[in-house]
Amino acid sequence: MQGFNTLLYKECLRFWKVGFQTVLSPVLTAVLYLLIFGHVLEDHVQPYPGVNYTAFLVPGLVMMTVLQNAFANSSSSLIQSKITGNIVFVLLPPISYREFYSAYVIAAVLRGAMCGLGVLLVSLPFVSFNIAEPVWIVAFTLLGGAFLASLGVIAGIWADKFDQLAAFQNFLIMPLTMLSGVFYSIHSLPVFWQGVSHFNPFFFMIDGFRYGFFGVSDVSPWTSIGVVTVCFVVLAVITLQMLGRGYKLRA
Amino acid sequence: MSPAIRIAGVTKRFRSLQALAGVDLEIAQGEFFGLLGPNGAGKTTLISSLAGLARPDSGTLEVMGHDVVRDYRAARMALGVVPQELVFDPFFTVREMLVLQSGYFGLKKNDAWIDEILHHLDLTSKANANMRMLSGGMKRRALVAQALVHRPPVIVLDEPTAGVDVELRQGLWHFIRKLNRDGHTIVLTTHYLEEAETLCGRIAMLKAGRVVALDTTANLLQRFASHALKVKLAAPVVLPAALAAKATRQESTELEFGFDRFDEVAELLAGVKSAGGTIVDMVLGTPDMEQVFVGIMNQN
Repeated sequence: MQGFNTLLYKECLRFWKVGFQTVLSPVLTAVLYLLIFGHVLEDHVQPYPGVNYTAFLVPGLVMMTVLQNAFANSSSSLIQSKITGNIVFVLLPPISYREFYSAYVIAAVLRGAMCGLGVLLVSLPFVSFNIAEPVWIVAFTLLGGAFLASLGVIAGIWADKFDQLAAFQNFLIMPLTMLSGVFYSIHSLPVFWQGVSHFNPFFFMIDGFRYGFFGVSDVSPWTSIGVVTVCFVVLAVITLQMLGRGYKLRA
Repeated sequence: MSPAIRIAGVTKRFRSLQALAGVDLEIAQGEFFGLLGPNGAGKTTLISSLAGLARPDSGTLEVMGHDVVRDYRAARMALGVVPQELVFDPFFTVREMLVLQSGYFGLKKNDAWIDEILHHLDLTSKANANMRMLSGGMKRRALVAQALVHRPPVIVLDEPTAGVDVELRQGLWHFIRKLNRDGHTIVLTTHYLEEAETLCGRIAMLKAGRVVALDTTANLLQRFASHALKVKLAAPVVLPAALAAKATRQESTELEFGFDRFDEVAELLAGVKSAGGTIVDMVLGTPDMEQVFVGIMNQN
């Protein structure tokens, strides 16, 4: 366990040492979204009865920040280590691939949660709401964060250069996040696009997370947690198989 | 007592390149062992296979009796590897890096040993410096320190002195020799053949993924190298055929002959003189590992 504990500690220390880039910057970005979109749409959109647009937007931005940063942490740590070659320092010790996976994923979820909490705290002066079901908030943070962290591990291992990782981030993660209902309720979309949204796992993460704040959502939180759990388990199995085989890590 | 390292029938292919073509090797505990070969011979692939960084296509590797695949935890605990590439983590200081590395190997309180390693490797004053701030030689020594944090009984040094200046290199070897005297098995790959000759008790030479020579350093020198007589003449001469056949090098006024017995020197000098040569300088060279290396590589 000591090897796992140390790797987890090292991964946390790594992002904490560059906190301006890894924690404060994403919080600032999310707050800018909040200020701009909130200002423009506050008087024009009411997504749920009794919920104003800015309050609706906050949980979406918090979850988006959690997801993007969980992905960024595991993927950037791995690709940096691969490119600089210092990945050998964690491949030479007697750390199992399961410990390796767990350490990278937990550290990434922690960073995601820390950034998300930062966005929430900074948003508080702009909105007021009572948190309806905090258990759902925690559940979706952990599962959604772990899903993206696993995706980050896969991307970090698969990518041979930063350009490939950026493509993964910009052409997959970013569109799926932006089109997941962070900025709108999918009921405001045409029926066709509502259907398409149901193929986006990020939609269920955002929607379920938002349910924790308002007790209202586009689909049942049980459906969302089911989809997110299945997605996470599938991705975890794929990632563990890659690590177990030593794909692109052990020649 | 199990050998420090046992390698049996190891093969490894990277697409069309046969990196290891059936390597068998056994290194006893406490040996100072040299692994030599030209670039691309398979040394690093063999070390990577031993360390679990590469997976051989066939064959088995053991460290202190532990199979590197089936019993990988025990095998890795017993092995310290200094990688060839000058790699480091730019986020951490030297001490942080050593504390982390200790933790990866399951060691919580390792400060006393870390201090000792830093002292022996002359890194104490840099303990709290970020790795980025170190010179190439210091980074190399920090890599050695990392490989030693868990006090492995077997230490593999993959070209550890590349880019290290003479003074630091001597300090490094002094420490490695001490570790060897204390019972650690040392496996060294290097392109500095005089280092291998001075330090290693036994040497294996690899070429194209095969072991082409394996013997004690003394035996290799005896079998494959001879003494050399280097002569500088006042003016070029034409040597008689019999004498020319004994010359290993002849360039303008410089001649070089190989010999096994010292009484041959007088005959060689007399031959040069009778051919009309006037000797202005002369050097006697001892057999060296470079001769052995070149001889064996040309043979194979």
